[in-house]
Amino acid sequence: MDVYPRILSRIWGVPGSHTLAVAEQHGAYNAARKALAMSPAEVTDVVLKSGLRGRGGAGFPTGRKWTFVPPPEKRGGKPVYLLCNADESEPGTFKDRFCMWNDPHQLIEGMIIASHALGVRRAYIYLRGEFEYVQRRLDAALAEAYAKGYLGENIFGTGFSFDLYTHLGAGAYICGEETALISSIEGYKGQPRLKPPFPAVKGVWESPTIVNNVETLAAVPWIIENGWEAYKAIGTEQSPGTKLFSCSGHIMKPGVYEIPLGTPMMDLLNNWCGGLRPGRTLKAIIPGGSSVPVMTPAEVAQANMDYESINKVAGSYLGSGGFIVMDDTTDMVDALTNLLRFYAHESCGQCTPCREGSAWMYNILCRLRDGFATEDDLVALRDLADNIHSRTICFFGASAAMPVQSFVTKFRDEFVARVESARAGLPAGLAVAK
Amino acid sequence: MSHDQKSIHLRDMHGLTVRGPVEWTEEEKAEIAAIVAKYPTQRSAIMPVLWKAQRKWGWLQFEVLKLVAATLSLKPSEVMEVATFYTMFKKEPTGKYLIQACHTLSCALLGADRVIRHIEQKLQLDEHGNSPDGKFTLMRVECLAACGSGPMMQINDDFYELLTEQKVDEILDAMAADRPLPVPRPEVDQWTYTPVS
Repeated sequence: MDVYPRILSRIWGVPGSHTLAVAEQHGAYNAARKALAMSPAEVTDVVLKSGLRGRGGAGFPTGRKWTFVPPPEKRGGKPVYLLCNADESEPGTFKDRFCMWNDPHQLIEGMIIASHALGVRRAYIYLRGEFEYVQRRLDAALAEAYAKGYLGENIFGTGFSFDLYTHLGAGAYICGEETALISSIEGYKGQPRLKPPFPAVKGVWESPTIVNNVETLAAVPWIIENGWEAYKAIGTEQSPGTKLFSCSGHIMKPGVYEIPLGTPMMDLLNNWCGGLRPGRTLKAIIPGGSSVPVMTPAEVAQANMDYESINKVAGSYLGSGGFIVMDDTTDMVDALTNLLRFYAHESCGQCTPCREGSAWMYNILCRLRDGFATEDDLVALRDLADNIHSRTICFFGASAAMPVQSFVTKFRDEFVARVESARAGLPAGLAVAK
Repeated sequence: MSHDQKSIHLRDMHGLTVRGPVEWTEEEKAEIAAIVAKYPTQRSAIMPVLWKAQRKWGWLQFEVLKLVAATLSLKPSEVMEVATFYTMFKKEPTGKYLIQACHTLSCALLGADRVIRHIEQKLQLDEHGNSPDGKFTLMRVECLAACGSGPMMQINDDFYELLTEQKVDEILDAMAADRPLPVPRPEVDQWTYTPVS
């Protein structure tokens, strides 16, 4: 199925792909040399024209984000910072770990190029705390790059100087939100901040800051080397390029797959993921990490893996590309309860609707799961979700609400059956015979 | 201040007392200076220095937090605020092997609860997740970004993936005997996993 160019996973699986020697045999740092010979505006222009969109979840055009940094005369003497978001914590998502583990030099090169475009002299890679062993590998790669003069003073003799550091978090999902990540790297609790001001204007240490996902930055070298036309030729008009999908759940071949955006969802499921387990039927798929609305088999059959199609067909999102497949053995009440435990645990506690609401939604779901809920609980659950969505500083509130809204709507029968079995005094999960 | 006052008592799970002065060595002070130099503000070094302290003393006793605060010219409350927000900073001691088993959706779909119950029974854990000999502590944690290779657990710094009861037995037996551990995470060098059973 290798009929499209592999961009991000190009050298994955090559023995020693994480070392500079092997990476260079496969062309690492050629794009950085090329980019450093271009003007910063030219580099930004190529990324803008390529149509590359942020791979962390929101899908915002990367080139446009870069243009939001104020020009030097409007920065008040402040430096510009680039932060790489490697806090990968969205349930169902594990692609960035593979990017950094298998090809750390691709990310470093992407950050050199982005920093040249943005005028950055110091950048940081913010890793989640559990990625300590990934940090060790990244630090080794950074040391190799420093030793060769690819980082530090006067890179490639161009006069461009750039320092890159890793920074380890310590177990907080919310730090994947860009303003929370900024709070965290400043040495505060990882709590999101109100926007505006947007980070591009006033971010870390009150300076203009660009936060990009690992996968986004890792795609930049290929785009520079092969040109924006080549990147734009892959994928769809509005969702160009390839994307890494982290596939997990009830499938025969879970793993990380790089496919062009716009690939039919059923192709991803059947061809790359190896299909469902023998004798099983599909019940639901969460297409973009646990925060996005769940999809039914009928929706799955019509959707393609790109930002527009998933939204049009199912009102869901491509998100981070965490593709969680659930077959007919899955109890949807249990599955949603599991997810809400996550959100109740990870709410940072700053905004009341989210802090209180996520815990209450989890409480109600536990009651439902254990067979003590009434119809009123279903109404309350929906009310809570509707009242959290869009009423918080960051997107976490919506992330906790969307699974509830979609599960309860699209799999209503299962939730109602739990209430009915509770009323009939039957053990949890036993349906009332019609 | 007497040496005793400078010392803290680091209990391990046996109730044994480990005495050690709560201060940095000269070498560590130099390393901390290098960490601080990476950032424009001293405060940004809180998390790396807390990590360093946790590796040295095992967990973050209040005396250790005060030392970190003094090191970075901050108030103890400022360091406390950060240490208590992030779940990986230990506010109490754990066993030599801290097992963090994922129980979020993708792992749960593949039988994480079964594997975790197996760990609990095998190690005869008490209600706090500690084994009788204090060597192991189990925590159920949320997603660790290894969803394709679930069920999975992290023991100290390393990921162990594609767990089955037998695989858990092998790993924990080796740790119980302090034998060299099986090489962790061979799975991440490939990007598709073996079929689920």
